[in-house]
Amino acid sequence: MAALLVCSGLMAFAQTKNSCLDCHSNLPEPLGVSAETYSQNIHAQKGLTCAACHGGDASTDDPEKAMSRAAGWKGKIERKQVPELCASCHADAERMKKYNPSLRVDQFQQYKTSVHGMKWAKGDSKVAVCTDCHGVHDLRAPSDPRSTVHPTNIATTCSHCHADAEYMKPYGIKTDQFANYEQSVHHDAMVVRGDLSAPTCTTCHGNHGATPPGVANVTAVCSNCHVFQAQLFATSPHKDAFAALGLPGCVTCHSNHAIKHPTDEMIGTGPKAVCTNCHTAGDAGATQAEAMHNQLTELAAAIAASDELLGRAERQGMEVSQAKLQAAQAREALLKARVTVHAFRDSELKRDTDAGLAVTRQTHAAGEKAMEEWKFRRVGLGLSVVAIAIALVGLGLYVRNLEQQ
Amino acid sequence: MASPANTIRQWLDERFPLDDIKALAQKKKVPVHRYSYWYFLGGMTLFLFGVQVLTGALLLMYYRPGADEAFESVQFIMTQVQFGWLIRSVHSWSANLLVFMAFAHLFSVLFLKSYRKPRELTWVSGVLLLFLMLGFGFSGYLLPWNTLSYFATKVGTEIPAQIPIIGRPVLLFLRGGEDITGSTLTRLYGFHVAILPAVATLLIGVHLALIQWFGMSVPPGVEAEWQARPEGKREIRFFPNFVLRELMAWYVALGLLGALAALFPWSLGVKADPFASAPAGIKPEWYFLSMFQTLKLIPAKLLGMDGEMLGILAFGVIGGAALLLPFLDREKPFNTRRWIPGLACVFLGYMTVMTVYGWVAK
Amino acid sequence: MSTASGVNATAPQSAPANLPRRRFVNILLGTGLLASAASFLYPILRYLVPPKLPDLGGDAVLAARVPEMKPNTAKTFRFGTRPGLLVQTASGEYRAMSATCTHLGCTVQYRPDLREIWCACHNGMYDLNGRNISGPPPRPLEAFEVQVRGDDIFVRRKQEA
Repeated sequence: MAALLVCSGLMAFAQTKNSCLDCHSNLPEPLGVSAETYSQNIHAQKGLTCAACHGGDASTDDPEKAMSRAAGWKGKIERKQVPELCASCHADAERMKKYNPSLRVDQFQQYKTSVHGMKWAKGDSKVAVCTDCHGVHDLRAPSDPRSTVHPTNIATTCSHCHADAEYMKPYGIKTDQFANYEQSVHHDAMVVRGDLSAPTCTTCHGNHGATPPGVANVTAVCSNCHVFQAQLFATSPHKDAFAALGLPGCVTCHSNHAIKHPTDEMIGTGPKAVCTNCHTAGDAGATQAEAMHNQLTELAAAIAASDELLGRAERQGMEVSQAKLQAAQAREALLKARVTVHAFRDSELKRDTDAGLAVTRQTHAAGEKAMEEWKFRRVGLGLSVVAIAIALVGLGLYVRNLEQQ
Repeated sequence: MASPANTIRQWLDERFPLDDIKALAQKKKVPVHRYSYWYFLGGMTLFLFGVQVLTGALLLMYYRPGADEAFESVQFIMTQVQFGWLIRSVHSWSANLLVFMAFAHLFSVLFLKSYRKPRELTWVSGVLLLFLMLGFGFSGYLLPWNTLSYFATKVGTEIPAQIPIIGRPVLLFLRGGEDITGSTLTRLYGFHVAILPAVATLLIGVHLALIQWFGMSVPPGVEAEWQARPEGKREIRFFPNFVLRELMAWYVALGLLGALAALFPWSLGVKADPFASAPAGIKPEWYFLSMFQTLKLIPAKLLGMDGEMLGILAFGVIGGAALLLPFLDREKPFNTRRWIPGLACVFLGYMTVMTVYGWVAK
Repeated sequence: MSTASGVNATAPQSAPANLPRRRFVNILLGTGLLASAASFLYPILRYLVPPKLPDLGGDAVLAARVPEMKPNTAKTFRFGTRPGLLVQTASGEYRAMSATCTHLGCTVQYRPDLREIWCACHNGMYDLNGRNISGPPPRPLEAFEVQVRGDDIFVRRKQEA
């Protein structure tokens, strides 16, 4: 029913006369806009015509009248005019209410505080304006998976400029952010696991009010989602030490754009450990790191061993579902321990890993019991085969005796 | 003289014709010749049927029919009930051996021409029993309610639906509705544990009574030899000599079943999900594979008829011919002596090739 | 069978020397028959002993009993191979859902202070309908159906409409 209403609503909008397309849908680029492209545009779907941005009169079939300056025709919109043009509606709460009452109207205000907006205000025409991210004639609602600002597409959209070394040259900033982000656990969560709440560029950097976060607030950005880690970090000896050294929080170890899936190798004194960037082998910090690394790997190994044993028992047809259910608790303990690491105190970590190890001891015992049961089955089979063999020999001899009589 | 055992014995004798039964058993002789080994197959089939009855009855203690419970209850038997894995695996393995033995028995009887007068009805009851065993296999296959059995049953019940006019009613009858649902399960369960066992018991009774009545058939060749040289004729008593030997064979079978169950437990698979798409490579049980593969290979249109229809028709004709074989075998006016075993050989070869092909084919 | 030496032929009466041999055969046969019978009967008898573990059959699980639940509390129960969470809300309603966090699979718990469901691993929050409301969980918890029969609270998977 609702779909029907929307459909009939769209049809009503579609009937709004938009004579521009009569010609422009047949023109080559850049003047051409096909009817199909335009029909995808959120504005077209809300009943707006080309004239809403370009001015003129879309209701007449006479090109002269339609594109007359008298009718307010503006022709091509210059890049530097774009933010204000969009804001003429999108900053007008009264007008926006008609279309989408829940949409914010502060985008332009925000934009002016962003690096993009500040450079734009100074007359830099290379910086991103609204249409660079949102698209122009095929502008879709952000909830549309084909939209350039849909969560899965945002990083690619930003990369159009920020990964272009030639284009970014005048600004002297790096262009490897997108390549790094693509390797990150966040990208993995978004693209592979399809988790739309996973962070993309705008999650940390903001969207309309894009400002590069200052060193001091990076941890604040991370802690929006990673609350526990941030709380533990705040109690850790690293908090003051990092502050004294002028090091940022999370990114010191996890980097910024290329946040790889953390492993237990990151802590400790091994070749992949980040601790050795500051600590030298033998000092108190390195000893603690080493201990924490061992606690994590010990639990991980115990879980792997118990899983392997239970898997083997299960493949032999043994019942281990109860133990497997229990093994989940050990994995949970390991997950928790990997969070607790951020307090950087081995005594605190030990509590979690010990809880996990206690569970793996039980699951391992259950696995061993299942394997014993499996061996018992074979012994049972052997015994019954022996019994059958004795009976067979007995029968054979008995029949022979019988027939010799 | 008046020991309690004797008293009981006497009491029984007056009320139960035990001695007559003993006399009947002792009267029966089993001929001894170079083909005597084939006589074991029938007894082996009977034994495996007994194993099925016993393990089936045990499985009934825990099994629950129903789309919500069947899989769970079989899982429960396999994992929670002590030795449940053994009982269920033996039931599954024994079912397969049983069908195999029934086929072997049928072909041995066919090649030894044991269906000759006066044993036509023994043959007919035997072929009907084989059909029943296939019915057992088909109905029992769905009972664990796993993906494989679900889709195999779906495909299997669609085959008779191709028959004109009665096809659809047959499908509805088998499925208990349009689709494979919980009602199909309870329906096939009813067949598997009540209707088919009742009919099978009756038929086995008839089959055994007929065998007991007419005695073991001697192959025509051996019979001719014995007629030429009566001193070469040899027999052993059915009881105890033959029975004891049969018992040895049964023991071997039991050991084999135990070993198969312990070393290769019958897997349970994944619970059937009617909304899932059919997994690739769905195949029926091996004893239906030759038919399944034939229907797959048969062209859609053959001789102006629907190919699948033709295939089903052919199965019907073959089944009917098998059932009525003793009446087709006449020395006059056709020389059927040779072409019946020849045809059977061709058929056996075809079945083997198609089964192997169906097994390896994707 | 081929060794059958013709029962019709009357063999000479066996010599007394055969007697111990025959006794040995009888003992062997008796032992074999008894032992094998035991090896068949033992599993069957064990099979008939009702198992200790409660029956998993059926699609409804007895999650709790009414007297053990209080408003604004929750209980974790075993739902098949995974844990489930039964919550009695402050208003006395029962809600049941999977207790496996959709983020990384930890077991979630009820927080009476927040009246919300909370995952301790990464601070994920769900509301009492199982919807993920904050933190890393990407999806809601699977909600189950609750049925109260007498004093027993049963939980089952929601049926496909």
